[in-house]
Amino acid sequence: MKLKLPAPPIPDQLKPAPRRPEEAPPKGPIETAKEAGITAVDWVDERTSLSGGARWMMFRKVPKGTNWFYTLGSATMFAFLNQAVTGVFLAMYYDPSPTRAYESARFITNEAFLGEFVRGMHKWGSTVMVILVFLHMARTFFFGAYKYPRELNWVIGVILVVLTLVMSLTGYLLPFDQRSYWATIVAMNINGTGPFVGPYLADFLLAGPGFGATTLSRFYAIHMLLVPGAIVALIGAHLYLVAKLGTTAPPWLKAEPNPELRKEVA
Amino acid sequence: MPDDPRRRTKSKYTADRGIPGAFEGETVTRRRFMTGTAHTAGAVAASAFLLPALGFALGPLFEKEPVRWEDVGAVADFNADTYVPRIFSETPGIGEAGKTTAYIRKHNPRFDGPVQKPEQYGQFIAISTRCMHLGCPVRYTAAAQRFICPCHGGVYDALGQRVGGPPVRPLDRFYTRIVNGRVQVGPRFSVNSELKRFSPRYPGEDLDGIGQYLYPSRPTQRKLPPQ
Repeated sequence: MKLKLPAPPIPDQLKPAPRRPEEAPPKGPIETAKEAGITAVDWVDERTSLSGGARWMMFRKVPKGTNWFYTLGSATMFAFLNQAVTGVFLAMYYDPSPTRAYESARFITNEAFLGEFVRGMHKWGSTVMVILVFLHMARTFFFGAYKYPRELNWVIGVILVVLTLVMSLTGYLLPFDQRSYWATIVAMNINGTGPFVGPYLADFLLAGPGFGATTLSRFYAIHMLLVPGAIVALIGAHLYLVAKLGTTAPPWLKAEPNPELRKEVA
Repeated sequence: MPDDPRRRTKSKYTADRGIPGAFEGETVTRRRFMTGTAHTAGAVAASAFLLPALGFALGPLFEKEPVRWEDVGAVADFNADTYVPRIFSETPGIGEAGKTTAYIRKHNPRFDGPVQKPEQYGQFIAISTRCMHLGCPVRYTAAAQRFICPCHGGVYDALGQRVGGPPVRPLDRFYTRIVNGRVQVGPRFSVNSELKRFSPRYPGEDLDGIGQYLYPSRPTQRKLPPQ
């Protein structure tokens, strides 16, 4: 049953004019919202021409036989994004001072709401990322996807592997428990055994002749600013080259020449 | 374009090359000059923040650590036959992480030989617990008269000389001195297999033969000068 409210007694000039038959029916709220979204996207696109780049990146042609192995690179990138996001939130509670670091890490695990979960995601995520990065590398190697013209992308990938391991090494110290401390001592002493430059490299990483007051903050800065910045930049270059050069077909796929293309055209 | 006057001559003067608006005696075009100026200005601006930042990060490599002496007990607390472990702060201001253990005894001419010069720093032998393989803490086992490392099985005799496992040189030592009847422990020094003193090196760095040249002394830590 439809209720009709009585019209308020307002003068005729102020009443809205009824819709004329040739006008389109009024739009519902969903259509209005859709149109607002399209208008906003159009506004940005008109000023940036981003849609062309997005189409170039997203709607590429992929070879026949593309399979689940080709998702390992994206999986690695999502592992990195997980590390980046959880890392940012861990940094809100973490204190990189030698007397406070362990206590702040303990606070994250035992007291902060969901702290245990976020720290766990970061800790296990780092292992997942290392595993995925090597699986991705193995896929590239066994599929021969490093060959011309993709050698530069292989080189960038190798730098990314090294940077991932640098992240693992510097992040290992940050909980500042016995395991972190001694693992770092051992790692820095391994650095020191490099002839000629080794001792100076270890001095640089430790910010002095031994584990000192600023070693932890130095590792923290490398772990959360220096290396992540480099990783983000190199992932950008890596993805650009993937989109630019395209992906390779798996090696077991034989090329099937199209008979139409082999026909001689008189 | 053989008729283009700018191509006809290889003269270094812009006037000879027929460039419009050239001055007499001018060799660098104004376009090249402006390009060079812009690049130089960019390089100066970039170095203005890059060089100080680099120096800031590399500074600790060249800063000499101050010489610190830590009290570890009265002279009567130590004897010439067995080690007494003492915990003291090697790096100040970082709490427990800056502490280290040394095994200390009186100098014993029977197996230590004559006191090394400078003599005021050698009356007591203080052996560092930092393993010379990769820096784990060693422990003295009195029954076996051995220092034993739990990490990778490094074994040293009672003088700190390597007798087994992966370490490459004897255990580091600390300078000691006596002030008002108290024993004080000072900076660390490294020794080679003949117990000759060297400035402190990282564990894993050999000091015999070519090792002492492969792993040079660092500006942060030097030997104490003879007084």
